Amino acid sequence: MPDEKDTPNMEAPARLPAAGAENPTRRESFVKLGLGSMAVAGAGASVFGYEFLSPNVLYEPSPITNAGRPDRYPEGSVTADPKNGIYIVHGPQGFYALSAICTHLGCLTTWAPEQGLIACPCHGSKFTPEGAKIEGPAPRPLAWLRVWVGEDGDLMVDRSTTVPAKQFLRT
Amino acid sequence: MAKPIEAYVNGLRETRLWRSVFRSGSGATNLHRALAVQQNIFLHLFSVKMRRAALNFSVTWYLGTLSLTTFVILVATGIPLMLYYHPSVPQAYADMKDLQFVVSAGVFLRNLHRWSAHAMVLLVFAHMFKVFYRGAYRPPREFNWVIGVALLLVTLFLSYTGYLLPWDQLAFWAITVGSNILSAVPVLGQKIRFLMLGGNTVNANALLRFYVLHCVILPLVAFLLIGIHMWRIRKDGGLYTGRSKSHE
Repeated sequence: MPDEKDTPNMEAPARLPAAGAENPTRRESFVKLGLGSMAVAGAGASVFGYEFLSPNVLYEPSPITNAGRPDRYPEGSVTADPKNGIYIVHGPQGFYALSAICTHLGCLTTWAPEQGLIACPCHGSKFTPEGAKIEGPAPRPLAWLRVWVGEDGDLMVDRSTTVPAKQFLRT
Repeated sequence: MAKPIEAYVNGLRETRLWRSVFRSGSGATNLHRALAVQQNIFLHLFSVKMRRAALNFSVTWYLGTLSLTTFVILVATGIPLMLYYHPSVPQAYADMKDLQFVVSAGVFLRNLHRWSAHAMVLLVFAHMFKVFYRGAYRPPREFNWVIGVALLLVTLFLSYTGYLLPWDQLAFWAITVGSNILSAVPVLGQKIRFLMLGGNTVNANALLRFYVLHCVILPLVAFLLIGIHMWRIRKDGGLYTGRSKSHE
């Protein structure tokens, strides 16, 4: 800090209008205006960019699948449909559909009939035919999917709607 | 009497054409050598002088230069590969197989690209460990360490986006698994995954987005960061060579 006696002209600048919030200089106003408009433009560009990057129409397969006549599935059978990523199971209590997508990291599981369980090839999770986890890193059981009999008597599965476990469909 | 080759080279350097491109002129003085570096757009990022110790193999194991070399190889092989590759679901896998079995020298370029990509990830990690264990990240080089971390992430993301492009089973499930790992990010995870894939599944949009990231966006970011990384070496006082003897 300089000594006060070394700055004899301190009074002079003090008499100038104080540049501050109450009395901004023209330059300060322009800087504020510039920064403000850039902030608005930046926010607009972010929203615009986010909207642009989110597709409004997806050409993905429909989540509703026609699984064919119920009598295709004999009692006690587990039928994998790897194309749609589902299992159609006809258990003693009725039909149900399981998601074949592993709840760990999204790999497609397979039905291993000789062991009577569903196994994931990626990280070794194993599930019962009712979707409950036996072992492995999967955090949740396999999802039960909404299944119903359509107007023409075909078994329909909605892959986008899960239902609580043990909801059996009796035909 | 044949003139030595050097005489021809020196004569060439004095021609008007040469001097119009390289203004520094010929000469073996330190000034000329310094000007040759300083007045070249590619070399002026670097220091005109360096410590002799910085050239010793043991100081760096040349890992940074080797990382850059693999990056240059990847750009040089990647651009020709783009000429035969369509980033679309029906064509991608067949194009990759065509590059292997139909296109002249295609298998060479593809394998060079593939192995250089593996080497680059390895070398960048090795470079990082070398810098870390020698303490070369310490001030005044701490910001260059941060740039280096960003470059590591860009390298890994380049590797990840390139992994999808063959569009085979390995690629498809690797990206399925990887994008599901991404969705574990709290709150925004699902949203980020949706934006990155351009949909809910690894599909045509994901292939195209990964292609653009892999071939345009990430290489540009890498170029920019590499430029800053090199320039900071000069600004931070050259390569770290350990404690200099004069300070002991």
